[in-house]
Amino acid sequence: MATYLEFIQQNEERDGVRFSWNVWPSSRLEATRMVVPLACLFTPLKERPDLPPVQYEPVLCSRPTCKAVLNPLCQVDYRAKLWACNFCFQRNQFPPAYGGISEVNQPAELMPQFSTIEYMIQRGAQSPLIFLYVVDTCLEEDDLQALKESLQMSLSLLPPDALVGLITFGRMVQVHELSCEGISKSYVFRGTKDLTAKQIQDMLGLTKPAMPMQQARPAQPQEHPFVSSRFLQPVHKIDMNLTDLLGELQRDPWPVTQGKRPLRSTGVALSIAVGLLEGTFPNTGARIMLFTGGPPTQGPGMVVGDELKIPIRSWHDIEKDNARFMKKATKHYEMLANRTAANGHCIDIYACALDQTGLLEMKCCANLTGGYMVMGDSFNTSLFKQTFQRIFTKDFNGDFRMAFGATLDVKTSRELKIAGAIGPCVSLNVKGPCVSENELGVGGTSQWKICGLDLTSTLGIYFEVVNQHNAPIPQGGRGAIQFVTHYQHSSTQRRIRVTTIARNWADAQTQLRHIEAAFDQEAAAVLMARLGVFRAESEEGPDVLRWLDRQLIRLCQKFGQYNKEDPASFRLSDSFSLYPQFMFHLRRSPFLQVFNNSPDESSYYRHHFARQDLTQSLIMIQPILYSYSFHGPPEPVLLDSSSILADKILLMDTFFQIVIYLGETIAQWRKAGYQDMPEYENFKHLLQAPLDDAQEILQARFPMPRYINTEHGGSQARFLLSKVNPSQTHNNLYAWGQC
Amino acid sequence: MQISSAVAPAPPSSGLGYGPPTSLASASGSFPNSGLYGSYPQGQASPVSQAQGHPGIQTPQRSAPSQASSFTPPVSGGPRLPSMTGPLLPGQGFGGPSVSQPNHVSSPPPQALPPGTQMTGPLGPPPPMHSLQQPGYQPQQNGSFGSARGPQPNYGSPYPAAPTFGSQPGPPQPLPPKRLDPDAIPSPQLNELPPQQKTRHRIDPDAIPSPIQVIEDDRNNRGTEPFVTGVRGQVPPLVTTNFLVKDQGNASPRYIRCTSYNIPCTSDMAKQAQVPLAAVIKPLATLPPDEASPYVVDHGESGPLRCNRCKAYMCPFMQFIEGGRRFQCCFCSCINDVPPQYFQHLDHTGKRVDAYDRPELSLGSYEFLATVDYCKNNKFPSPPAFIFMIDVSYNAIRTGLVRLLCEELKSLLDFLPRECGAEESAIRVGFVTYNKVLHFYNVKSSLAQPQMMVVSDVADMFVPLLDGFLVNVNESRAVITSLLDQIPEMFADTRETETVFVPVIQAGMEALKAAECAGKLFLFHTSLPIAEAPGKLKNRDDRKLINTDKEKTLFQPQTGAYQTLAKECVAQGCCIDLFLFPNQYVDVATLSVVPQLTGGSVYKYACFQVENDQERFLSDLRRDVQKVVGFDAVMRVRTSTGIRAVDFFGAFYMSNTTDVELAGLDGDKTVTVEFKHDDRLNEESGALLQCALLYTSCAGQRRLRIHNLALNCCTQLADLYRNCETDTLINYMAKFAYRGVLNSPVKAVRDTLITQCAQILACYRKNCASPSSAGQLILPECMKLLPVYLNCVLKSDVLQPGAEVTTDDRAYVRQLVTSMDVAETNVFFYPRLLPLTKSPIESTTEPTAVRASEERLSNGDIYLLENGLNLFLWVGASVQQGVVQSLFSVSSFSQITSGLSVLPVLDNPLSKKVRGLIDSLRAQRSRYMKLIVVKQEDKLEMLFKHFLVEDKSLSGGASYVDFLCHMHKEIRQLLS
Repeated sequence: MATYLEFIQQNEERDGVRFSWNVWPSSRLEATRMVVPLACLFTPLKERPDLPPVQYEPVLCSRPTCKAVLNPLCQVDYRAKLWACNFCFQRNQFPPAYGGISEVNQPAELMPQFSTIEYMIQRGAQSPLIFLYVVDTCLEEDDLQALKESLQMSLSLLPPDALVGLITFGRMVQVHELSCEGISKSYVFRGTKDLTAKQIQDMLGLTKPAMPMQQARPAQPQEHPFVSSRFLQPVHKIDMNLTDLLGELQRDPWPVTQGKRPLRSTGVALSIAVGLLEGTFPNTGARIMLFTGGPPTQGPGMVVGDELKIPIRSWHDIEKDNARFMKKATKHYEMLANRTAANGHCIDIYACALDQTGLLEMKCCANLTGGYMVMGDSFNTSLFKQTFQRIFTKDFNGDFRMAFGATLDVKTSRELKIAGAIGPCVSLNVKGPCVSENELGVGGTSQWKICGLDLTSTLGIYFEVVNQHNAPIPQGGRGAIQFVTHYQHSSTQRRIRVTTIARNWADAQTQLRHIEAAFDQEAAAVLMARLGVFRAESEEGPDVLRWLDRQLIRLCQKFGQYNKEDPASFRLSDSFSLYPQFMFHLRRSPFLQVFNNSPDESSYYRHHFARQDLTQSLIMIQPILYSYSFHGPPEPVLLDSSSILADKILLMDTFFQIVIYLGETIAQWRKAGYQDMPEYENFKHLLQAPLDDAQEILQARFPMPRYINTEHGGSQARFLLSKVNPSQTHNNLYAWGQC
Repeated sequence: MQISSAVAPAPPSSGLGYGPPTSLASASGSFPNSGLYGSYPQGQASPVSQAQGHPGIQTPQRSAPSQASSFTPPVSGGPRLPSMTGPLLPGQGFGGPSVSQPNHVSSPPPQALPPGTQMTGPLGPPPPMHSLQQPGYQPQQNGSFGSARGPQPNYGSPYPAAPTFGSQPGPPQPLPPKRLDPDAIPSPQLNELPPQQKTRHRIDPDAIPSPIQVIEDDRNNRGTEPFVTGVRGQVPPLVTTNFLVKDQGNASPRYIRCTSYNIPCTSDMAKQAQVPLAAVIKPLATLPPDEASPYVVDHGESGPLRCNRCKAYMCPFMQFIEGGRRFQCCFCSCINDVPPQYFQHLDHTGKRVDAYDRPELSLGSYEFLATVDYCKNNKFPSPPAFIFMIDVSYNAIRTGLVRLLCEELKSLLDFLPRECGAEESAIRVGFVTYNKVLHFYNVKSSLAQPQMMVVSDVADMFVPLLDGFLVNVNESRAVITSLLDQIPEMFADTRETETVFVPVIQAGMEALKAAECAGKLFLFHTSLPIAEAPGKLKNRDDRKLINTDKEKTLFQPQTGAYQTLAKECVAQGCCIDLFLFPNQYVDVATLSVVPQLTGGSVYKYACFQVENDQERFLSDLRRDVQKVVGFDAVMRVRTSTGIRAVDFFGAFYMSNTTDVELAGLDGDKTVTVEFKHDDRLNEESGALLQCALLYTSCAGQRRLRIHNLALNCCTQLADLYRNCETDTLINYMAKFAYRGVLNSPVKAVRDTLITQCAQILACYRKNCASPSSAGQLILPECMKLLPVYLNCVLKSDVLQPGAEVTTDDRAYVRQLVTSMDVAETNVFFYPRLLPLTKSPIESTTEPTAVRASEERLSNGDIYLLENGLNLFLWVGASVQQGVVQSLFSVSSFSQITSGLSVLPVLDNPLSKKVRGLIDSLRAQRSRYMKLIVVKQEDKLEMLFKHFLVEDKSLSGGASYVDFLCHMHKEIRQLLS
């Protein structure tokens, strides 16, 4: 048998699942003693080039409370044409279409390699994707220009039949009508007034079947059944119009006096966007893309007043309860986020400004709906431009790497219950027999809604072993979990992806070694980190750290080998060896430490942490450091100050930043221009190597990281220095005698 | 003169005192009698009369209650005069009953009137008015001068007493007076009179004062020489006279006209006389081309020189003393230092040597450039803006209004008002369309196509854009043209019938506020704003309220929202001109509140059809857009010690008791100011008025326009009566009454007017006229037209509506009159009736008008009638066929289309002359008068007859003669 490492990797590649434990402790009591909960990171749309969707619908268990999907783990009686549900043990008749089934003629879903399978549903009207741009016009001229260009560019990337809409805002909010010739029309709203969805729809004239104005034009045949709104039109029809419209977009014309912030009605703009989609396209995949260049300064959802002399809230203000707009604004955006989620739409936030833009308050919009959150310094940076462009990249099938309106339904075998999920989702409040009373993350349900997701969106799903100690599971027993994800594919089809996994049970008292060996410390670190970050949203920072510490200590107690009173004797097995390191860096990470981060930055980091897959999450927890030297190929080195050497080039990837750091000597050489001398071509290559590697990362990552190229003594070197383990500092530098 | 007694044994008439001279009885029997009216059976006739089915009696019947107040036929409930001696009309010669007299001839020609008793009147040719008026000229002119003239039909002085009105109660005491107070006039019981009796007691209409005669006389006497304003207290020529004004220290009568140019020294006298002291001020009046507009004086940074105490501006009446180092304020007598830069030596008469170099020391009217202290927020204003706000609801589209308007605007925008000499207008323009939501347009020059911004949040109006809403026409021409092309297209298929109103104005005002400028909104509106929004109205037109105590509610706005809005508009300097195109009731009373309070105008085109009303609307629109306007204005009238401005009438807003605030003020708007005594006046120093208007010119320049006027003061009532101006008096009284209907029942308002008029005349009779028989009616020369004009006011649509007059019409007229000047009220209340074929065809002058009475119409002639709003061409039934042919290009009378509104363009002298005359009449008026051709005996004639104001009106208004009799009775009651 392959090693657990291979097993884990294989499972991840096939099913997009990483469990903290790959052999499960068989009783509730033991499970709790394991410290790290039984949980998994699940990537519902894990990219599977080798997995063609099947063109039929899944076969469901007939028990109404179960409805599990037929899967390779089910017992099948080919003669009787019966199958037994492996979750509830209900015996089900195969549907007539499966009449020809036999041992040699199996449908795909029964083959073991199809533990993950995707069904395409032909039923139901297909509705086009909807992209609603909500654009801040209180930007600097060049920022706005850059944004306009990005938006215009994006039109060519959208699927041609996608519906697109435009809302701009500044002091006022304008909803642009896109279908008009000769004159561009927009509906304007005051930026200070909170309107109900009903009012918004009334004012936009959406409550009537159609505007009388349009109704009367007989010439316009109803080309598309969905075009009931003048504000959302198919890209192919209006891309010229919209390009012009965007081209003519002006900065918010209202004067901003010295010492004031521009009045920015982000709250109302979002509310109108939500109301518009709510009224016209409920339960259809739609993206509201908010582009903002500063904090909301008026109306509902305002984060800061327009007086520049009063700065936007900092962590300090929040601790002192001095952030006077925060609660109200958060409430406003939460209300919007929940409404959006209920309608199956998602909200992206692209915030580009040097100061904070209120992501703290608005984060729920993206977090609850599965939207993206992108933070940058300016729209006129490659960071934003490329990130934005990357949203519209396509997979090998030519499909967008995004999906909408997903519901994730989790089913477990009887020994397990679902404690909750952490990720870009909202609860659908579906109670069932497999829902635990103890909540971890968003719990109390077996179904979640993920309004927007991409191929790497990952949820942490936490389970609870409920099997009692005195009811042992028979040897060789396996627990199973089924993930059923309904979603709208970017090609507008409805699809269902079903992943069914099973793991062995083991008695922790007798088979602890098995369990230990099957520990996935990476997954465990990320899952624990998610729990920690989730707690940090609502609890005081130090409490969370203390909790993390305690968990680590308990884990070490349980699985470490040591002699009392002898610290040097402490050993952890291989499968646990990295875990403490992860915890160490997690403690220092911006996800738990708010020092030196603005509330917006914290929200931003946490947002990404809660949705990225395991690899990326690990990078976030513990940045990767590569060292380049003449002495051989680049090698990963310890994230430690001792790795900073004069003759090395370092490449650090923290997920959010890529830092290239030239050691002192290298920097001097470069300054001296050796790289330009033919005889030192190898130096040139050395300089080039990390750049190329960085490019590679930059190409692949979403959002595009901040790219920092610095050298010893450079001011930007702080990005590196703040991450490494300060084993050498100005305090102990000489004592260690390593200079 | 003694008319009556002899003649009228008739019992009834007695009440009136003046018996008709028998000889005069010849007048057509038909005249006053309502019988004539009764002959219109048509739909237009008052419902009442129809109901009765009894023509001829409707008047009395329906008005039984109201009549009492409206004294049509004077009836006697009052003391009956034993003798029918006719009163002597002062100034009127009445050569015995039979002799037709020249103008105001006073009593029997032989008797010269005792000086002082009678009115100076512009009589025949002789002494030109001004000479008469020289102060100190005591001897009265006797009307008998006029006797030299031909046998003009004039007001025969002592009017033959009452008989005429058939309404006389037959039996001496038909009804006991209902009340005992002297005002009570028992309702006449017309129908009780045997017909023949009616005719017996007639006053010869020719024998009573004729407005036409007075106007003609004044034209002849005073139209030739310029009116020089140097002398204090001169009565200017009548408004109907063409004259030139030379400013020599007092404001031209084009700017200010007073009810009296010689005012009593004490309030007691004033109270006794009851003559209202009022000035009708038109601060930005347009002058004829041969008179110079006021000089602009620039005093640099120090600004205009003012009295330290009362803040009056430097004017020719300021007295320089101490060698020119100080000046004494002519208004408050405060002594002020002359600032060094203004110092100038005095000559031997105590006048500054530079007096004639400085407009403010030598002229009655001039302008100062205002300094920044006179500006809002201490910032010089930006140029004003015009915003066109167009109703695009179903009605507006259907009638073709929107298309017409947009087409017109394209060219009209080139003619925005500009400062004289300026290359192009500084005024910026903006566009809004609306139904129950508002559409703003961005027409910034840099745009390829206009942008439309819809604001649906009408409950909480705001302006969605700043930049690009108000633009310079030339810079944004392409975009504007494209917009105006598209507006009719965009809404061509609209089904939206509901409109809003208040939010529209609010939007315009907010736009001006955002642009930090003053300006004007042109609102084109079609229907009652019933959409859910602030200022939503409901149809409350209820004809049953007419003649009840609640009638006043019809004139009051429905909600307070409009006043509140108007107040905000005024604060922003936002003036609203409202063009209404209603198909039904739109509640003009409410909608016009904002235009009214912001100094704007209201135009109403009922049942607008492009084919019929295009000309009128476009012409009004052009004029309205092009006229010079002052914005964000404040007017203050200062007076010398002793009198004080106490009341103001017109289209404006007042937040305190002294400052008249006008968001906009154009050359047509007039403010009538009433004065009261608060101290004794001095005969020597007279009384001074200074009207200062601070405004922003159409180029955005802040200016002060100053008008000064000095009046005489008198201790003798006769001086007062000799220097009055009836036209101005009527202007004041009409405005007073029209405002009164807001608060009192119409009947009470009418009674007040009658009482006041009676008191004025009675006071004259008592104090100034020579003793004569009580049966004589004696009128002051200057006021001899007061009764006829007052009667016109009393029977106007507002005070006595006919059945066909809508509530909207009344409200419309009410607010129009509020800002009319004297010339306008004059012709409005007493229309001009011009015979077209009497004068030789070659004559280029306007024909002499005839009196507005059916009796004066000859059925062989054609007449034009105009009152400033309406224009009729009346064609007599037996007019020559040649005339018909040359005017209408049809062969006979019967082929003329009744109701025609355009005369065919024909190349013959008559057609040219008539069309030329129509054009010139239109040119004289501030609003385009739509022509209606009316054929004699046609059903449309009804409409026309409404304007024959000397006749008894269908709605119960008294005929001139009746009213005069009634007035006489009232006076006698007061005197006895």
